[in-house]
Amino acid sequence: MADKKIFGVTALFNNPDAIISAARKVADSGFTKWDVNSPYPLHGIDKAMKMKPSTLGFVTLVFGLTGVAVALFFMWWTMSVDYPMVIGGKPYFSLPAFIPVTFEVTVIMATVSSVVAMFAFFFGLPRNAHALHDTEYLKKVSRDHFGIIIESDDPKFDERSTQELLKSLNPISTEIIYYPEKERYPIFEPRFLVFLFGVAVVVSIGTYLMLNKLMYIQPFNWMDEQQKIIPQSKSEFFSDERGMRLPVEGTVARGFIPYPFAGDKEPKEVLSNPYFPTKENLELGQRKFLTYCSPCHGNYADGDSRLQGQFPNPPTLHSDRARNFPDGMIYHIITNGQNIMPSYASQVTREERWAIVHYIRVLQRAKNASESDVKFAKSE
Amino acid sequence: MQSIELTYQKKDLPSSISKIGWILLFIGLILGVAAFFVDHSRAVYNYLIAYAFMISIGVGALFLIALEYVVGADWSVPFRRIVEFFAATIPLLAILVVPLLFNIGDLFHWSHAEAVAEDKVLQGKAPYLNVPFFIIRVFVLVAIWSLFYFFFARNSKKQDSTKEQKLTTKNIRLSAIFIPIFALTITISSVDWLMSVAPHWFSTIFGVYFFAGTVVAALAAVTLATVLLKENGYLHPALTNDHLYSLGALLFAFVNFWGYIAFSQFMLIWYADLPEETSWFLQKWQGSWAIFSIGLIVVQFLVPYVILLTQPSKMDPKKLKFISIWLLFAHLYDIFWLVMPATDQLSDGYYFSWIDFVFPIAVVGLIILVFNLKAKKENLMPIGDPKFQKGLDFHL
Repeated sequence: MADKKIFGVTALFNNPDAIISAARKVADSGFTKWDVNSPYPLHGIDKAMKMKPSTLGFVTLVFGLTGVAVALFFMWWTMSVDYPMVIGGKPYFSLPAFIPVTFEVTVIMATVSSVVAMFAFFFGLPRNAHALHDTEYLKKVSRDHFGIIIESDDPKFDERSTQELLKSLNPISTEIIYYPEKERYPIFEPRFLVFLFGVAVVVSIGTYLMLNKLMYIQPFNWMDEQQKIIPQSKSEFFSDERGMRLPVEGTVARGFIPYPFAGDKEPKEVLSNPYFPTKENLELGQRKFLTYCSPCHGNYADGDSRLQGQFPNPPTLHSDRARNFPDGMIYHIITNGQNIMPSYASQVTREERWAIVHYIRVLQRAKNASESDVKFAKSE
Repeated sequence: MQSIELTYQKKDLPSSISKIGWILLFIGLILGVAAFFVDHSRAVYNYLIAYAFMISIGVGALFLIALEYVVGADWSVPFRRIVEFFAATIPLLAILVVPLLFNIGDLFHWSHAEAVAEDKVLQGKAPYLNVPFFIIRVFVLVAIWSLFYFFFARNSKKQDSTKEQKLTTKNIRLSAIFIPIFALTITISSVDWLMSVAPHWFSTIFGVYFFAGTVVAALAAVTLATVLLKENGYLHPALTNDHLYSLGALLFAFVNFWGYIAFSQFMLIWYADLPEETSWFLQKWQGSWAIFSIGLIVVQFLVPYVILLTQPSKMDPKKLKFISIWLLFAHLYDIFWLVMPATDQLSDGYYFSWIDFVFPIAVVGLIILVFNLKAKKENLMPIGDPKFQKGLDFHL
């Protein structure tokens, strides 16, 4: 036993008052590397041990403030510098909206960093081979006893005098704790490593064979081979090698009436309106005009865009030129687009386009009403 | 641990306390009456603010009593009698309300029948906001609070001599009943007295907002009284600064809670940006009220937050004294900020008047007098409470 190195001397007590007065005496004797172990937190032990207040709070503070800075900087950078976006009509940098996120980031940075710092730096975990492991002392102080341990690293430590000091505190028992013998771990022996490598090779090869060969032995081919063409894939059967066939030339979809002047910049002739300006048609035209046309042309086709300058304003539709367009020309422009106006053929159906033409005529007539129109409107 | 057995011995408070109370009340009353003649409308609103402050202290203290019982706290038991003394101001609310009820027409726009007749919004609110129902609510609420105060205090006082465990059990049951009733009554009370000053505006979080301020004010009053009494040796000699820690911590918690709720109210209204809601905040940004509004954040949140942040400051008697006086002022400031910008007289901005300082003086004097009266009759600590010793043994 003489070659064993001493880790420290322990003393056990059986009630909290005894441990607190004992801790006070040990602290008074000037020891620095010692500790008290207890199954539950003891109120007032910090003072008895003359411990300095924990500095963990500063870690929390620093990381909390870092959280504030990181969150605010990130939101400022993303929301008002790198990719400015208007959300809910608020300014790019709108502090009230950022506060909840800042708060959450602050809390999470402060708490997580506190816990990590507590375990890693303040407790010094992990301590896999601590001398107190597997001692009777540690079992007792985590159950129903209170203990003091004075470590041999303490400059004032002396095997005999320290033990006497602890005995003078009237403990139940004192004990000397030795460092455990260095254990040899068989897992680092070459034989074991070779065995481990062997197992790895066998398991890998076995898994590979199982998943890629064994599973595909007939009849289990998992429907991989089928007599059909998979969409988007090449076909050996057709001469053009297209798996997906094209419709026959000149095919027209059901219910679709093709537009003969599609793509003509300045058509020589145009269609005439096949619909009558009935009430239903005009209402349809109004609805569609307000949805698709009015954002740029304005609610009354004055060319006063509702987009506040985000897109160039088109000219008014009340000009002489526009009023003298035949119906078919307006239809042509809606279908084909003109200058920077894109084609609306895919959004607005043929019938709706003709209804819009009728509605534009209504707007034009209302803006340039003749004497008789006014009389007629009044008599209505 | 202690070699000498320490016990609580009742000492009478010095007579100077009642003198201070009477002088403050007297000054406040004379100036208050004068104020009613100088500027009637402003005096009425200031009376309302002082009245709301009284509700805060009294009902907030009642809530703290119930909270202690319902969560089974030990640490606060030695201070409970002080909380009860503050709650003793509740029955006075029934008398103090009378001048307000006589001036209800000056206070509330919705109380005018001709204003309601041409206002769709007020017509919709009329089933709730009408004078008879309002008066009934006011007295029912004060009656409920007084009743609970009466039972709490009676059981607690009886325990001083009988030391019965059963009385604590009774009060715990009573508290469990009281807490939901408290939530309802404080909401109704805040809506009636403070929110209806601007009758078109509404905020569902308003009750919680007032509750947060209420608890801060009541806690500040309790902390101030506790520190002063302890320093002058009127409490149990075993009390240390450790015992103050939890008061400071709870104060800190509720300062944060107030900030959280106040910001929630602001952010939701700011984000939704609905004209009928934002008008209230825009009013508080009008002219010099903008400075007041920013000042509220500083006074009610930032300063107490920084002062109470560290652990040692939560049990430093000097800092606690300072911050509790500060927070009492802050709550008064808060109510002032809630009420005044909504009045016609000050809608464009604040201008100074001595009337604003008159009624709080009378309120402080009144609370001191009630406290002193109770302290004469009763022990300053609940010595018969079964958890009293446990509360004294508290260590950090």
